[in-house]
Amino acid sequence: MNKIFKMAIRNLMRYKRRTLLTALLITVGILTVILFSGLAGSFKEMMIGQITDSNLAQMQIHKKGYVSSIDSMPLNLNLSPKEYKTIEKILQDHPDVVAYAPRIKLSAMLSNYAETTNIRLNAVDPEKETMVCPDVGNRMVFKDNVREKIFVKPGEIIIPKNLATGMKIKAGSPVVIVAQNKDGSINGLNFTVAAIIESVLGPQGKEGYIHIKDARTLLRMEKPEVTEIAIRIKNFNKLNAVYADLKSSLLKFKNKKGGLIFEIHTWEKLSPFVNIANMIDIMTISMKLIMIAIVLISILNVMIMSVYERIREIGTMIAIGTSPNKIMGLFLSEGFFLGLISGIAGNVIGIAGIYLLNIFKIRFSFGRMDNLILSPAININELFWLTAIVLLVSVFATLQPAYKASKMEPVDALRHV
Amino acid sequence: MALVQIENVSKTYQMGEVPVKALQDVSLSIEEASFVSFVGPSGSGKTTILNLIGCLDKPTAGDVFVAGEHVNLLNRRQSAAFRGSVLGFIFQSFNLLPVLTAYENIEYPLVMIRNISQSMRSKAVQKVLKAVGIMEQKDKFPDQLSGGQKQRVAVARALVTQPKLVLADEPTANLDKKSAVNVIQLMRSMRDEFGTTFIFSTHDPKIMKEAEVIFTLEDGMLVN
Ligand SMILES: Nc1ncnc2c1ncn2[C@@H]1O[C@H](COP(=O)(O)OP(=O)(O)OP(=O)(O)O)[C@@H](O)[C@H]1O
Ligand SMILES: [Mg+2]
Repeated sequence: MNKIFKMAIRNLMRYKRRTLLTALLITVGILTVILFSGLAGSFKEMMIGQITDSNLAQMQIHKKGYVSSIDSMPLNLNLSPKEYKTIEKILQDHPDVVAYAPRIKLSAMLSNYAETTNIRLNAVDPEKETMVCPDVGNRMVFKDNVREKIFVKPGEIIIPKNLATGMKIKAGSPVVIVAQNKDGSINGLNFTVAAIIESVLGPQGKEGYIHIKDARTLLRMEKPEVTEIAIRIKNFNKLNAVYADLKSSLLKFKNKKGGLIFEIHTWEKLSPFVNIANMIDIMTISMKLIMIAIVLISILNVMIMSVYERIREIGTMIAIGTSPNKIMGLFLSEGFFLGLISGIAGNVIGIAGIYLLNIFKIRFSFGRMDNLILSPAININELFWLTAIVLLVSVFATLQPAYKASKMEPVDALRHV
Repeated sequence: MALVQIENVSKTYQMGEVPVKALQDVSLSIEEASFVSFVGPSGSGKTTILNLIGCLDKPTAGDVFVAGEHVNLLNRRQSAAFRGSVLGFIFQSFNLLPVLTAYENIEYPLVMIRNISQSMRSKAVQKVLKAVGIMEQKDKFPDQLSGGQKQRVAVARALVTQPKLVLADEPTANLDKKSAVNVIQLMRSMRDEFGTTFIFSTHDPKIMKEAEVIFTLEDGMLVN
């Protein structure tokens, strides 16, 4: 067996330049896949992190029907205190839920005493909110020092940057918020601007923040209702499993007509970034397919040439009694080793590339988010599979030429010049 | 039974529409340990008959027996196994494997065809290396050897498995006069040493002289 391997390797070395070029081509293919999936993967993960950790949260629970009319921010689809308690119980009992936070969403009028505009507000309990979205404060620029947990106190408001710029509002400015409650009565409250917040991607990315107590006063709520419950779990990778768990728990609650009372969504159903994320996945898969095509075609090409150039040699081997299986084995080993050399080279250069990218940090901005730093990474599993696929495709590409060699008639092969 | 027994063998090639009769009703027998030559002008059928005896090709009609085996009934795989165990081959253009050294070329049939243990192999290779007199060249690759040296390696490769019969189609055609005679004499001394039957073809009268039995072919027919 190792004699076959030895012959295969020597035969590869015989056409050094051709072997090198083919190996180089495959190496570049693998390198591209590693770098692309490293970069795209880290971009995707970072964006998802931004969205779920600073604004949307990983999951949200609403009254049934809220998300489908989310754009109008309806106030008649709130969760009653009793319903909130029910959900709270489910969340507390689930071992994977680490935090949850109540929110009231409302659309209001913002006035700086000279001009008036629309504002979407997210009324939160700041302590709970920072547990669910630990990065929420990172986007805020305060007048005084950076605040840790309690980023908004009663009487304060945090205004999105785009509105603040347009209305010439700064941290410290006094503003008035006017809102209409679900019964149609209008109410106004004075606020002081505590901070300006930068936007993030998505429809909920341009909301201002007030304290949940103020929202209840503003909307003259008799009971402490909430619009949504934001949820954070222990391990983000288990999102789908926890989602399925919670969903089935919530499914048990029906109204008198037998319809569902609650609905739960993951960030994927709430943020348009999921489309970009899916596109990134599709592109990564396409890159892999292109790499497979490169490996297939280049190895097939080299091996067809090898067999053609060595017809007389093959004829000699068969004539002196070499079995067809051994001939097959010889050529398959050649294809395998060609794939192996390229695979190792691709992996080594790819890992080095990822390492370099991490040293020279890549900064970029996406939408209104600036100064994001990519830290591309690729895991061992992925490298293993990539290499396995390259080897498999190499051997597969060699099958036809090797079979052809093993089926040669010695008389014809020996006559070949 | 003789080592090689050919009975009413014909071989016709189809060249498009035209049938080419390469051999017509040839019958002969060759005894063990003889030193035999097929001679005749170009196109007379020398290569064709050697291929039939060498189990590389099948006759259109008639029967070929080699070492008691009815070889035209063997399938591809059986033929390969039969060639590997009973026959040795020497080619006009040496046909050494370029990626193997002289030593490895000689060792090749023992490794790839016979599956013989390392120690037995090295003994067998040493023996033929010494017999053909290329000990010093054993680690050279074929492209570092002269034609005569290459053909000596080829003779050694053919003999290393101790075959009953070695077939050589124009083994001296690519050699200068001196090397040609040397190689033929080497083959004969090998026959003397190991009792191996040699069958070769040639159209060189000088080489012919070395043979003990001569079959002359003309237009695919035996003429003597
Ligand atoms: N594969 C083939 N297809 C068609 N015709 C063939 C084939 N092989 C041999 N022939 C023909 O059969 C006849 C005998 O050929 P063969 O090769 O046996 O002659 P030879 O005696 O070996 O000649 P040379 O001395 O030139 O090698 C020739 O007419 C040749 O053209
Ligand atoms: Mg001939």
